[in-house]
Amino acid sequence: MYTQAMDIPDAAAKPAGVSRTPDAQDAAFEARIDADGRIEPQDWMPEAYRKTLVRQISQHAHSEIVGMLPEGNWISRAPSLKRKAILIAKVQDEGGHGLYLYSAAETLGTSRDQMLEALHSGKAKYSSIFNYPTLSWADVGVIGWLVDGAAIMNQIPLCRCSYGPYARAMVRVCKEESFHQRQGYEALLVMMKGSDAQKAMVQDAVTRWWWKCLAMFGPPDADSPHSAQGLRWGIKRIGNDELRQKFVDATVPQAEVLGVTLPDPDLKWNEARQHYDYGQIDWAEFWATVEGDGPCNRERLATRVKAHRDGQWVRDAALAHARKQQQRKNKEAA
Amino acid sequence: MNTPALKEWPLWEVFVRSKQGLEHKHCGSLHAADAAQALHMARDVYTRRQEGVSIWVVPSAAITASNPDDKGELFDPAADKIYRHPTFYAIPDEVGHM
Repeated sequence: MYTQAMDIPDAAAKPAGVSRTPDAQDAAFEARIDADGRIEPQDWMPEAYRKTLVRQISQHAHSEIVGMLPEGNWISRAPSLKRKAILIAKVQDEGGHGLYLYSAAETLGTSRDQMLEALHSGKAKYSSIFNYPTLSWADVGVIGWLVDGAAIMNQIPLCRCSYGPYARAMVRVCKEESFHQRQGYEALLVMMKGSDAQKAMVQDAVTRWWWKCLAMFGPPDADSPHSAQGLRWGIKRIGNDELRQKFVDATVPQAEVLGVTLPDPDLKWNEARQHYDYGQIDWAEFWATVEGDGPCNRERLATRVKAHRDGQWVRDAALAHARKQQQRKNKEAA
Repeated sequence: MNTPALKEWPLWEVFVRSKQGLEHKHCGSLHAADAAQALHMARDVYTRRQEGVSIWVVPSAAITASNPDDKGELFDPAADKIYRHPTFYAIPDEVGHM
């Protein structure tokens, strides 16, 4: 069940001595994690586990919501009605993913308003990838192919996350994400059969997005203090470096079919490792963007805050209407 | 009668019947001002790809749930009643399917 709002009989009403001691609760939780069991909203869980999940799920939700903006930029400029309909459907999916994830986070005792407040005040983070601009139509294709492709790599293991509501939300998200990647790749294939200018546009977009997509998997495991605990708790299932490698290995052949060059002179097949080697990621740039100094951080946040404020009267009116209807009903019944 | 002041839209649980002949299944939750709006939003959030032919929405606060701490006393008593399962009974092979 997705909610905290359900009416659970008051624990205080139970006879003393029935509820378990903190140590026993902790042991029961650890045992369930060790047995690869699932944790549900009403189960006891350590405060740190709850906090980690609230942070991760709400950041994930914020990323979906902010992620609508770079692509939304191209809805009114899509090159055909077909591409416009596809892009609207994709952006609507991202909004839906945000909603699934906010609901999942709410089961942990945080409220929608609290999460939105954290996003709007700049306290909460979202994926840095959305702080880069979408300069040409090819960017829309590249976001589908590479950004959503990287997101899929990250998200598939989350379908097995130890926290039930998060895992269930991710199953829905992953089912829809495959459409996002394929539509992007296909749009690029079409452009690569077009004029030299169109081909150059695709190559330019790939060149600008490639390294940022590699950084999406997060810092190397050795520099990622949250990683080990997340793996231990079954929140994360696969480390950052392994996921990044999987993404590189999957993407290189796709780039060859497409006919684009990935902008990394060190990218080559390593026969001994049976993987592609790749060059150094610019982590200084990644961290600067995370800390708020990317090209679009301020613009994205300002757009979100404005949309939320502009929608306030709609939310208020809907609530006022619902109350009025309820009062009318009560009067009729009386 | 006064309704308590609420800043957030209340929470609803969404149940979707994926096709005629199957049960409604819980698929998630959402915020909406009232039941009609909850139905509309459920359609947009949970059935964008023909996942359903019918939707139920229920105010989350209207659901009473069993307490996880009572799991043992509620469900363990069934564990030692294996005679409730057909496989508990040995029937000679010559009887055939029963």
